[in-house]
Amino acid sequence: MNAIDVQNIVKTFGDFTAVNGITFQVEAGEIFGLLGPNGAGKSTLIRMMTTLILPTSGTAIINGCDVVKESDGVRRAIGVIPQAMTSDLELSVTENLLIFAKLYGVPREKRTRLIHDLLAAVELTQWADAQVKNLSGGMRRRVEIARGLVHEPRIFFLDEPTTGLDPVSRVAVWEMLQKIKAERDLTILITTHYMDEADKLCDRIAIVDHGELKALDSPMKLKASIPSNNVLDVSFSATPAGWMQQLQGLPAVESVTGGEDDVYRVSSLNGPATTLALMEAAARAGVTVRSLSVQSTTLDDVFVHYTGRALRDALQEANPMERGMVMRRG
Amino acid sequence: MSRTWAIIERELRRFRRSPMLIVISMIFPIVQLVVLGYAFGGNVKHLKVGVVDQDHGVPAVKVRELASAVTSGAKTFDTIEYADPGQALADLRNGRINGVLTIPPEFSRRVLDHNEPQVALIEDNTDNFVSATLAAAVDGMVTAYNHPIGSSARVQGQATLDVVEVYPYVPYIQYLLPGSVVMSIFMMVMIGGGIIYIDDKARGLHEGYLVTPITKFELIAGFNLSGTVKAVLAGIVLMTIGSLIAGIPNPFDPMRLVRLLVVIVTTAFALISLMFLMMVRVTDPLIPRATFGVLNTLLYFPSGAVYPQQGFPGWMQVIAVADPFTYAVHAFKSLLLKNTGFSAIASDLGFLLLFSVVAMTLATKLFRRTL
Repeated sequence: MNAIDVQNIVKTFGDFTAVNGITFQVEAGEIFGLLGPNGAGKSTLIRMMTTLILPTSGTAIINGCDVVKESDGVRRAIGVIPQAMTSDLELSVTENLLIFAKLYGVPREKRTRLIHDLLAAVELTQWADAQVKNLSGGMRRRVEIARGLVHEPRIFFLDEPTTGLDPVSRVAVWEMLQKIKAERDLTILITTHYMDEADKLCDRIAIVDHGELKALDSPMKLKASIPSNNVLDVSFSATPAGWMQQLQGLPAVESVTGGEDDVYRVSSLNGPATTLALMEAAARAGVTVRSLSVQSTTLDDVFVHYTGRALRDALQEANPMERGMVMRRG
Repeated sequence: MSRTWAIIERELRRFRRSPMLIVISMIFPIVQLVVLGYAFGGNVKHLKVGVVDQDHGVPAVKVRELASAVTSGAKTFDTIEYADPGQALADLRNGRINGVLTIPPEFSRRVLDHNEPQVALIEDNTDNFVSATLAAAVDGMVTAYNHPIGSSARVQGQATLDVVEVYPYVPYIQYLLPGSVVMSIFMMVMIGGGIIYIDDKARGLHEGYLVTPITKFELIAGFNLSGTVKAVLAGIVLMTIGSLIAGIPNPFDPMRLVRLLVVIVTTAFALISLMFLMMVRVTDPLIPRATFGVLNTLLYFPSGAVYPQQGFPGWMQVIAVADPFTYAVHAFKSLLLKNTGFSAIASDLGFLLLFSVVAMTLATKLFRRTL
């Protein structure tokens, strides 16, 4: 049985369609990533799967329970970390966990042991009695991760758990999730707009944009699925006219973009061969190569391939007002 | 119900660690009680009355003696002698004095002739309180002139009024106290209930509740009972401090305290129900803050907390009928000022309970278990 089975799910808010007929399954034990910019529909999707909002049409079966007809069964099986930090600042770390253990009806005799184990798992044992307001953002996120697991859920939903954290805290949260996953029989669904996060953490990734599923596979297969294997970022000095056409004519070159200030991005099916030919062409034309870097295909390239735009551009597209709307609508 | 208790426990733990919340909700009612209580509660004294005696006869001297008696006794006014009535009127218009008592030239002759003798009081009526006080004091003086002590007949031919006061003198600050207790409950309902409820909702804290298996009823009970507990605590604190400040006689009579507690709990629940009905669909944190002041004015002043409702215009009396403050203030007045039993406040408690049931039923229907 799949842990999550979403079939043709749709959510509309008036005339606005936030999620438009998405279908996917998540196997038990997977870490599954929903990747997309703000406003892509990730949060709306996760809110439907966690019974927070009702789908307009379609179905979502979570741990064998329908989110509409058997919402209580879904709620018992899932742990949820919402996008916003929602731990109580005035309460201690233990109190935050204790309140949620009671809300989930965890028996009194199990609570103490569970909370002790979870604090150890998120490495907050020594902060157990500290008020949450005295913790850093990363530590607070770890409190929330522990809180979401206090009733031993089968499926764990995390909505952009590292947004707003510094790079060190982000890595700490990834490691924490991988460790928890290894120790427990847990399926994890995570939404993110960080490519590196999805790449390192997820077994499979669904790329979502404008409420639609654009691609779904493992990070490796997704990267292999797009034509370019390497990206060359190269900067020249004083290039002659028609230089871009010359670059496009180099061996194994798929496409060339840029050109402004003599900086080009070259997509290649064979990085080493293109690099060699590029250096020779530059020497022949008397053009100096100021810098050159060769990168393997990233999920950013995958995102560009499937959506037609870079993720960072997609993030910038939403002005502050739209981002506010997106926050509410998903 | 264990999940309901979890919400109450959470709210009370947060409340205990936010002492500013209870201080803020207490400060305004206490300041208002003390300032309004002492500002409005005192008798008006030392008004300035110009006396123009144009008669100088024995009866006129008697009138002036009676005015001097008021000056040295009740001290309602001090007299200033004027020889020139024009100067007295000029000073009245310029605000140097509050009134002019004129004894006309023919006063003594008319007294002796029993021919409608009159003295005149010309007063500055731009201040209703001052002019009414001055008129009452001079009226009392004229009455004393007409019925001097020791000169009355053995059997009075005219009807007189004897006023018997059932309760000891009630200073205005005590009259204000019931309204202040209700206001402290309301402040806590709005700050500790409404504003926190909407802020938590906006911060996403409610999502944490909604993804648990808690039922709609348990959620509503948790939100409202925790708000009621906080408001009851505020009411008890204000009632205790306020009773001491206002000098309520025997404030810790156990039976009265029990009855007061019943009224505080009922009032807190009625106001929480009102707040929950108003805020159940609200998501913008500005709304409870924006409505707070308006609602306070709309509920507090028509309730009879500061002025008798009989003096209100019709439209305000309509508000007063539906206003839960009216019944809470009446119940607190009965208990704090008259120390009555439950029978005197049964209808107040009945209205507050009915109000709670109606508001909570509507709010429950409007409450959504999803975002």
